[in-house]
Amino acid sequence: MSKFKKKTSTSQNIPTSALPDIIFMLLFFFMVTTVLREQEILVEQKIPQATQLQKLEKKTLISYLYIGKPKNVALFGTEPRVQANDVLINTKDIVLWVNQEKDKLSEAERDQITISMKADREVKMGPISDVQFELREADARKLLYAAVGKVQN
Amino acid sequence: MARKKGRLTQEVNAGSMADIAFLLLIFFLVTTTIASDKGILNVLPPKQDPNQPPPEIKLNERNIFNILVNANDQLLVEGEYIDNTDKLSEDIKDFILNFGAPDEEAIALFNSLPASLRNRAKRDPQSSDHPMTGGAVVSIKTNRGTSYERYLEVLDQVKRAYFEIYAERVGLTADQYRALSGKTPAEKELLDRGKEGIPMAISIAEPDKIGGI
Repeated sequence: MSKFKKKTSTSQNIPTSALPDIIFMLLFFFMVTTVLREQEILVEQKIPQATQLQKLEKKTLISYLYIGKPKNVALFGTEPRVQANDVLINTKDIVLWVNQEKDKLSEAERDQITISMKADREVKMGPISDVQFELREADARKLLYAAVGKVQN
Repeated sequence: MARKKGRLTQEVNAGSMADIAFLLLIFFLVTTTIASDKGILNVLPPKQDPNQPPPEIKLNERNIFNILVNANDQLLVEGEYIDNTDKLSEDIKDFILNFGAPDEEAIALFNSLPASLRNRAKRDPQSSDHPMTGGAVVSIKTNRGTSYERYLEVLDQVKRAYFEIYAERVGLTADQYRALSGKTPAEKELLDRGKEGIPMAISIAEPDKIGGI
């Protein structure tokens, strides 16, 4: 038996030095393709599904409205609320908010402002249509109902 | 030189580095969101002047495709109760491309359509006149109690009908057509050719208050 024993006693380790490189590559990929969460979302967000999705071209023109049941029920109640930037606002303040958002854009782009409405699927049409009415008042008529893709069968 | 015999190559143990990199990776996965600016685009009608009554639009009843959704998310399409929205987009396509009473312009449009779309024209006098402006409108009316999810599902089907018509006109699939950005002249030409003469006439009525909140 001892005849066949190997002479060298090198430990049979698999070289793992390439593993961190692979993980770092993954990490950089994720860092490049994602954006940091800019604001804390105070309302519940279960985005509905749809099939006919369109992508928006210019990100600078988009302002986000989040609609849903507040996460902090004790403080804000259970009725659906609207979140703009990082505060919950009342529906009638939307006009003011839209005008603030428009001021951030250049003169030529002001009428192209697009509102991306990220509404929870549980929300009823009542609050949604109120928001739509206010957006019409504020003359921000391009509206995107944010949705996630559904697998078509 | 004093050299040790049989020295192994000195390798730094990098196994824990992978763990550190994994920790970083997981941290980023948790704190970031993948940018998803996708959705269904809608253009709201302009603001109404309270001093002026809303403009009277003369439209025959047969030119309106009525979709009603009540507070229980039940659907009434053209006066008929339906269970699900699976066939809705096909019905809407039939409605849009009915060509019940086309004028000269609409006949020219009809002749420009590919054969597969022309076959859809049933020429039913009870249905829409032509797909051009004022000829066919899809109306969605919801209740304040309708869920947003159901509303989006219906709107999705209506959009699908239009996109499928557009895509078929330019010989693409609906997915390819929607992916066109219009940035290059060639893409823009395709987009315009698809839409030409068939505007996306979707009317979203104010929701009524009965039975809702």
